[in-house]
Amino acid sequence: MNLASLWRAAAQHRLFWPVTALIALLALNVPFTPGFFEVHLKNGHLYGSLVSIVLFGSPLILVAIGMTLVIATGGIDLSVGAVVAISGALACLVVSKQADQDSVAGVLLAFALALAAALVCGAWNGLLVARLGIQPIIATLILMVAGRGIAQLITSGQIITVNSDSYSLIGGGYWLALPFALFVVAFVAALSAALTRRTALGLLIEAVGGNAEASRLVGIRARRIKVMAYVFCALCAGVAGLMISSNVSAADGNNAGLWIELDAILAVVIGGTSLSGGRFHLGGTVVGALIIQTLTTTIYTIGVPTQANLVFKAVVVIIVCLVQSPAFRAKAFRARAKRSGPVPRPPGTPADAAHMEVSS
Amino acid sequence: MAEPRPVLEMTGIVKEFAGTRALSGVDFRLFPGEVHALLGENGAGKSTLVKVLTGVHPLDGGTVAMDGQTVHITSPLQAQQAGISTVYQEVNLCQNLSVAENILIGHEPVRHGRILWKELRRRAAELVTRLGLDIDVSATVGSYPLAVQQLVAIIRAVGDAGTGPGTRVLILDEPTSSLDRGEVEQLFALMRRLKAQGVAIVFISHFLDQIYEICDRMTVLRNGVLVGEHPVAGLGRVDLVKLMIGKDLDELEELGEHHTRHAAGDLLLHAEGLGRTGGIAPFDLDVHAGEVVGLAGLLGSGRTELARLLFGADRSDTGRVDLDGRRVTLRAPNDAIGRGVAFLSENRRTEGLVPDLTVRENILLALQAARGWTRPVPASQRDELVAKYIAALDIRPADPEVRAGALSGGNQQKVLLARWLLTQPKLLVLDEPTRGIDVGAKAEIQKLVVSLSEEGMAVVYISAELEEVLRLSHTVAVLRDRRLAARIVNGPDVTPGRILEIIASGEHR
Amino acid sequence: MTTISRVHWKTRRTRMSQDRRLPVLVTAGLFVLMFGFGAFRYQAYGFLDGQVFMNLFIDNGYLLVAAVGATFVIITGGIDLSVGSLIGFTTMLTAWLVEKQGLPLAAVAPIALAVGAFAGYLMGYVIHHFEIEPFIVTLAGLFFFRGLCLVISKESISISDPTVDRLAQTHVPLPGGSFLSIAAVVSLAVLAVAFYVLHHTRFGRRVYAIGGNEQSALLMGLPVAGTKIAVYTVSGFCSALSGLLFTLYIQSGDPLHAVGLELDAIAAVVVGGTLLTGGSGYVIGTLFGVLILGLIKTLIQFEGTLSSWWTKIATGVLLFAFILIQRAMTARRGT
Repeated sequence: MNLASLWRAAAQHRLFWPVTALIALLALNVPFTPGFFEVHLKNGHLYGSLVSIVLFGSPLILVAIGMTLVIATGGIDLSVGAVVAISGALACLVVSKQADQDSVAGVLLAFALALAAALVCGAWNGLLVARLGIQPIIATLILMVAGRGIAQLITSGQIITVNSDSYSLIGGGYWLALPFALFVVAFVAALSAALTRRTALGLLIEAVGGNAEASRLVGIRARRIKVMAYVFCALCAGVAGLMISSNVSAADGNNAGLWIELDAILAVVIGGTSLSGGRFHLGGTVVGALIIQTLTTTIYTIGVPTQANLVFKAVVVIIVCLVQSPAFRAKAFRARAKRSGPVPRPPGTPADAAHMEVSS
Repeated sequence: MAEPRPVLEMTGIVKEFAGTRALSGVDFRLFPGEVHALLGENGAGKSTLVKVLTGVHPLDGGTVAMDGQTVHITSPLQAQQAGISTVYQEVNLCQNLSVAENILIGHEPVRHGRILWKELRRRAAELVTRLGLDIDVSATVGSYPLAVQQLVAIIRAVGDAGTGPGTRVLILDEPTSSLDRGEVEQLFALMRRLKAQGVAIVFISHFLDQIYEICDRMTVLRNGVLVGEHPVAGLGRVDLVKLMIGKDLDELEELGEHHTRHAAGDLLLHAEGLGRTGGIAPFDLDVHAGEVVGLAGLLGSGRTELARLLFGADRSDTGRVDLDGRRVTLRAPNDAIGRGVAFLSENRRTEGLVPDLTVRENILLALQAARGWTRPVPASQRDELVAKYIAALDIRPADPEVRAGALSGGNQQKVLLARWLLTQPKLLVLDEPTRGIDVGAKAEIQKLVVSLSEEGMAVVYISAELEEVLRLSHTVAVLRDRRLAARIVNGPDVTPGRILEIIASGEHR
Repeated sequence: MTTISRVHWKTRRTRMSQDRRLPVLVTAGLFVLMFGFGAFRYQAYGFLDGQVFMNLFIDNGYLLVAAVGATFVIITGGIDLSVGSLIGFTTMLTAWLVEKQGLPLAAVAPIALAVGAFAGYLMGYVIHHFEIEPFIVTLAGLFFFRGLCLVISKESISISDPTVDRLAQTHVPLPGGSFLSIAAVVSLAVLAVAFYVLHHTRFGRRVYAIGGNEQSALLMGLPVAGTKIAVYTVSGFCSALSGLLFTLYIQSGDPLHAVGLELDAIAAVVVGGTLLTGGSGYVIGTLFGVLILGLIKTLIQFEGTLSSWWTKIATGVLLFAFILIQRAMTARRGT
């Protein structure tokens, strides 16, 4: 295989553009921060920009992985931010009530309770979507609104601080010279990859999202699949909640995980999973989440005021969505075609094409 | 006697889609004050003709003239302005608005931008009563049954609400397919009134009785070609059905004498009084192992509805089903699949294929659904199975990793067949498996059905082509107007003519 | 010629349960019930003072305006998530132009309204012509305007402009000794205009038609594209107006003003009986939705021991209840 064909093959890979974007973003930092790619060992811990990007991006990656599965079923979960807050609040509450906050058993109990709460949240969403047949956006809106209140209820409206080395390990601690969060993310990513690709879950999810009626007619139990997706998504959000609260050793029911649902959806879309459901790409999602985190870092390092971060993000969302929109591509294509002379109508369903002209 | 001038005259209409001719040189004439049936099976070109006339599709050849003047209609709006209105099968109204608004929306009486509600209701009520209907125009459309909605749509279409010259031509596309007898009467009464007012009506329907009841003349299309224009009184039903179905199927290779194969396996499926309101009247049906039961009937005769009930794709509201001697409740496809029933829908793209998944994944889908998510088909076994069926059914390209959506129609159909064969069903329900696919693939699928039945699989085979049904089936069930009209054991004496007669007249000698 | 026999179609029986006004009546009833509860429980604390009721309008006028805009969008079956950000942005823009640039409020207000309307127009254009989900487009709007807030200033800008001060302090006296603020009066005027537009103009009826069945509306020859874009323009305008009212209410611009207010607006619309799937709803219902959300806050204040987060939980519970009612109603209609 020669270089040219290798290049062509690479360019066609679905991860090509997301990874290129990520590398370009990273490279953009070098002129501003000369040692950007350097990673060094200090006190037995690895430090460096790359490490911190992954560290700070960890909760987002987790939430985005869960969101990928939900979106693949043709749904969406707006309540992940609220679940992040609930899980962090509950865990911190449990830890703070203990006599010995460092006790590993106590911390594990806190984790278990927090994840159990997340599981209940996911089951609730799944119930509304799959059993009662409520539109996912609307169904998860309920928990999005009420969940923040529940989180504040747990913390009594205060910011609960904990002082526990065991607890801060998951979000801020180090293990084998690496941030412990990295291992958690790697574990969850591997777990979800195994869960979807080693079993038939991934295939069934993609079938349900890709063609719901066809899936019903081949006998896929779509309800069960959807409930599982929402539960898994909530669990991921729960772990992210533990991580965020552990990183700052505090739980803030109001602000923890604020807007993370939007970032997560964005990461999924950048990663190449369509919002209409069907094919999903966990790898793409991880890259998408890293892009978002790198964007934040880059904006900071190249001296754009951090406040422009959101504006940037908005522009990225719109560009990504426009590129994904067939209508936009058709219009852009037609405009170009007009300039270069008439082209025959591309083959396809003529009825639809004619119809689109009628409607526009 | 001088013939009156047609209100609409279409001459030599040609329409091509991506190289295939949907209409080749079709002529169509419509006179004022007549009800004209437009007939033909699936793909005959009826709806293409209507869409060309109403400006949805541009014309590739031929002329359209109204009152002797050539017209160029390029959009539905233009058609409306020229006095051509269409009412489709699926009622295009806003269910949430009142009857009055639906009739007049876009043309509401206003003063200084304010809608004059009283005037609006008065006008709507006037239009409604003028056409002999008694309904409350201030109630929402959604609160009325479909039949009334249909009438409201017609009233909107002919209502003179706009500024145009008024409706001269009214096209009714399958308006009666979901109406009961009383409701059809209402519709017919309205049609007669419009006819008396000089409106020319194009009536598309699959119910022969209705055509003989209401229509004056008919135009029959087959494969995009005009095969006849007749006064209704001058063409018997049997001849009409012959015209519609045609007899040009010689291109299919012989499959040998099927009558010698005898299939007297055990009783596999026994349906008794099974039915669904608005779908198919209660019917009895037995299917034995190794038997091919062919369902013959025109489009809309209830053949698909029957098949869907056997699979649990729709829920029945009467009757019962025994599978393998055991009473079963078919609430969802799952219930049927668990008992070894497989179903290939006539709508390949919307109800069969998951176009974004690969050929391999599509083939494995039914088997995997049955195994559940925890037990994936082991990789080695999986590839072997897929390769085997790709080879056996000659799916091209023979690459399991290709997107299924990229395949041709015939190959997609084979993928879906492979999907079900993998589950080794006892009963295979095939709804129009050979429609819209090339001749070669068609013959292969027919051969496959024969060999499957020889191996003991029961098959319910639906096709619009009588010869195909007769060639493959041991038993033929004939459907007519949403009812199972006859069950005949196939034999040398069973001819297409005899089936035609039943389809046409409903009488079984 | 035979006349069609007069058939009495079965509508009476189903009419009651499917009446589109029913959810509004339920909401209004719930409001009265809750208010009665408050009156009974907090009698001694002056709950029945007319001003407590008027304060509902004073404290929630801006929300009412935003929710009215959202009602237009939701009736067409769309959704607008940019409401809160656009409100926040308007407060920042206004504060910045008035305080830092020294422009008079009379000049700033039209600018702010125009910016809001134009933002809505752009989002509507992208939604309709590029067929991207409203959810995503307005989500980008949410990011964008919150970002612009921060670009203007990371800090809160308090307004000391005398005109703003005077307008904010003006009491509109009512019989019985109670009063309303200017913002409350404006919000009620917006409500009245919205009601008129939705029920007495062709544009309003098109909004309902699109929500009922966009495809049908198109085949009936209605200008669907223009109407859809106009609806988002209306929402953008209402958000900006709501932002101005919020500026008066709080007399400052802050990049974190009105975070998540779109959820309150949507919740108010849903609780007010408007179907999220489109086609059915009344702005009067939205008024009651806003009043109920406001009343929850008031009750919690009166209770004293209950904390503010109960507002969110109660809102969620109400949302759930009303979505269930909607679901039951649409399911019945479907059969």
